[in-house]
Amino acid sequence: MKKLMRNIKEHARIWVQIVFAAVSNGYLYGYMTGQIYRGPLKAACMPGLNCYSCPGALGSCPIGSLQAVLGSRNYRFSFYVLGFLMLFGSLFGRLICGWLCPFGLVQDLLYKIPFFKKRKNLPGHKVLVWVKYVILVVFVILLPLLVVDFIGQGSPWFCKYICPSGTLGAGIPLLAMNESLRDAAGALFLWKSGILLVLLLLCLMVYRPFCKYICPLGAVYSLFNPVAVYRYQVDEEHCTKCGKCQRVCKMDIKVWEQPNHRECIRCGDCIKNCPEHAIMRVGKTSGKKTNSTDSSASSDIP
Amino acid sequence: MRTGKERQTGWIRTGLLGVAALCIVIGAVRGEAQEVLVKAVNICLECIGIG
Repeated sequence: MKKLMRNIKEHARIWVQIVFAAVSNGYLYGYMTGQIYRGPLKAACMPGLNCYSCPGALGSCPIGSLQAVLGSRNYRFSFYVLGFLMLFGSLFGRLICGWLCPFGLVQDLLYKIPFFKKRKNLPGHKVLVWVKYVILVVFVILLPLLVVDFIGQGSPWFCKYICPSGTLGAGIPLLAMNESLRDAAGALFLWKSGILLVLLLLCLMVYRPFCKYICPLGAVYSLFNPVAVYRYQVDEEHCTKCGKCQRVCKMDIKVWEQPNHRECIRCGDCIKNCPEHAIMRVGKTSGKKTNSTDSSASSDIP
Repeated sequence: MRTGKERQTGWIRTGLLGVAALCIVIGAVRGEAQEVLVKAVNICLECIGIG
């Protein structure tokens, strides 16, 4: 039991990700019957990228919801979804990416699989990280708003042409359980499956390529990292600028310079590995002062 | 003791949280929650790759 508790503490982030993914997709009847949950909880947005057509999903994807409202005939702006994004972002920033997103969990698990060459980033990383902001503006906001049919309705362009989370969490399970949907699948499904396959294969080699380069939800939350309630700080008296934090950081951030960088998903690896215990969550005291009693310095909980 | 920058960050965050709550309420009153619900309780054919 003690060993189990120690294991859970040391791998707290993965356990939180697994539990949250299970709870937020807990509509088991959906998985058994190939249907989706139709209850009132679906009016609320979940914090992570979790397709609302996943058979188990109990809430709505904020990116899908944003496109749905913008693409409707009745609205040109979504206060409701923007409010949810601001609420989650202001409280947690990209902690959601690191601890609560089901597709982030999939990428983390795939990266753990041994592969002959692992790397943090793709070539062209410094330019590619800006692509997700372009995807947010063009595919999530402008195209659903501006490209409309004869009755004034737009399509969810990101969901329709890009989102691999929807393909994995919703498309594949629903098609597997519904013959009529399988019969209707065509070139679009092949395209989206191809995107999913490429991303899953990339995840074996590169850490979280979707989060770094494509995810529009991560792009939104990244804007809140510097001001969110959950933030990091560096104790400059103890920091020796050794660079170990950047070496262990899989998002490749110079933590000693920018502890609240927009790419930081709050995994806590820098905090765990800082030899001077100079990095900490805002609101916590330096680990160096309480090193002998602060067990969180050696656990996965930053 | 909080620095000036930390106080400023705190105010920005408080402002954002307040605006967020207001936006959710305004959106719900406008009927956007219903729009989200209607979309979410039907299988999104675009999302699953049917089109």
